[in-house]
Amino acid sequence: MISIQTEDFDTASEYTALRDSGAGTGAIATFTGLVRDHGDTQDVSGLFLEHYPGMTEQVIAGLIEEASRRWDVRKARVIHRVGRLLLREQIVFVGVCSAHRADAFAACEFIMDALKTSAPFWKKELAEDGEHWVEQKASDVARGEAWDK
Amino acid sequence: MTEQTLTVRFFARLREELGTEQLTMPANEEQTAGDLLAELASRGGPWAQLQGSQPVMIAINQAMVKPAAVVKAGDEVAFFPPVTGG
Repeated sequence: MISIQTEDFDTASEYTALRDSGAGTGAIATFTGLVRDHGDTQDVSGLFLEHYPGMTEQVIAGLIEEASRRWDVRKARVIHRVGRLLLREQIVFVGVCSAHRADAFAACEFIMDALKTSAPFWKKELAEDGEHWVEQKASDVARGEAWDK
Repeated sequence: MTEQTLTVRFFARLREELGTEQLTMPANEEQTAGDLLAELASRGGPWAQLQGSQPVMIAINQAMVKPAAVVKAGDEVAFFPPVTGG
């Protein structure tokens, strides 16, 4: 299930929902991304997140399908927030249920890495001295490409 | 006969710097996304950056494509900077 939303999410209830994925689930891996105080500039006070409605959901659904072909995925959940987010707020959640931990870790990491380089979201950093659009990082591109090998 | 058009959308930095979220353009025969980009860049001013040093990503009907992809009447073509979510 995929949600793109402005409101915050509760990781405890998301985890509880992931546990309800059948007796074959033996492992759950989750990732949560937060707004931190430094990025392209120091003293970041918040973020503005823009997305391409419709395409975003399609791209993420494709990533979950690909993860399900490559690993044992019993259930997957992706939440991504958009709009204005303050320091320390939650941005993104990825949760994957698998029979075993290796598949849960790999599928969760793959979805997160691929989301960063293929899902149409754009971050703008808000700081004391103004705001600017974040540049895509070569390290993120490399992490995304590493899964193609 | 109705006019054959396509919709062009811009996001993030491009949307802001072009001051344009969406526009309608005539759809020509055998036109690629790259042709469309060149046509828009020829408007000059901030539009020139569509063929500048910064990469521009292209989607047709909400799927990523290369500049050589053909665009047709009724298509939704989007131009945007490399994505930075997560």
